[in-house]
Amino acid sequence: MEKNLKFFIKELGLECKAGEELLNRVPKGAYVSDLLSDVIGKAQEDMIWITTQAHRNIIAVASLKELSAIIVVNDRKVDDDVLESADSEGVVVLSTKEAAFETAGKLYCILYDIDT
Amino acid sequence: MKMQYFIQGGDFSAGGRASTEVKSIIKQFNISPEKIRRIAIALYEAEMNVVAHAFKGKMDVDLRPDHIRVVFIDEGPGIEDIDKAMEEGFSTASDEVRQMGFGAGMGLPNIKRNCDEMLLSSVPGKGTRLEIKVLF
Ligand SMILES: Nc1ncnc2c1ncn2[C@@H]1O[C@H](COP(=O)(O)OP(=O)(O)OP(=O)(O)O)[C@@H](O)[C@H]1O
Ligand SMILES: [Mg+2]
Repeated sequence: MEKNLKFFIKELGLECKAGEELLNRVPKGAYVSDLLSDVIGKAQEDMIWITTQAHRNIIAVASLKELSAIIVVNDRKVDDDVLESADSEGVVVLSTKEAAFETAGKLYCILYDIDT
Repeated sequence: MKMQYFIQGGDFSAGGRASTEVKSIIKQFNISPEKIRRIAIALYEAEMNVVAHAFKGKMDVDLRPDHIRVVFIDEGPGIEDIDKAMEEGFSTASDEVRQMGFGAGMGLPNIKRNCDEMLLSSVPGKGTRLEIKVLF
């Protein structure tokens, strides 16, 4: 089965906050960082970005880098105006109660077919 | 084609607006997606530096058939040591700005990597001028 965002949402128990109609995207890898310029420099197109940042500049960064989705961890609340700008920029915002370590670990295992 | 934008220092909620607007304008021309991506990244980093480090500034865009040249001029603290500022990891960002995820000290290196010509000059205590050129 193709591992698209829908698949990751189900496997990791994520909540989709923005970009509902873009969940057929198939992510290629992921990057964990809370530093925006680090993401701009190092993340690659179609990656999932795992972060605790939840303010509106993350949308600009995801759009600039054409990332597959942002996963906001630790149940951080993302404001409605941020979600609106995500929708209009074509940015998928997912949310989880778990921390970055757990999220990245699970994502890694699924992306690279590692049994746990 | 020429355009000018005003950039307000400290206004992180509007931050990125000018570069986003330029990106959508240049998309209408016959410029490769890869070039558009590089231009957009360089302009965003430069705009956010004015927002994060200066009081106010302006961005002048000059779009030509074979290149784009963008000049950022701001009023602000300026840069004491340009070579140091260009180093990866060097940042004078305040704690408040760092909490938002700025201050990796990667912005200027990202600009350098994404343009063909970069000219940075500054008068400490007065302001900074940054010129970026990307060839099509
Ligand atoms: N327009 C500016 N006015 C004053 N100082 C600046 C300006 N642009 C850059 N600097 C100085 O150069 C340093 C390095 O800039 P750079 O963009 O590489 O990193 P940063 O802005 O601190 O963090 P990041 O861009 O990774 O979020 C800044 O911390 C600041 O001291
Ligand atoms: Mg910067």
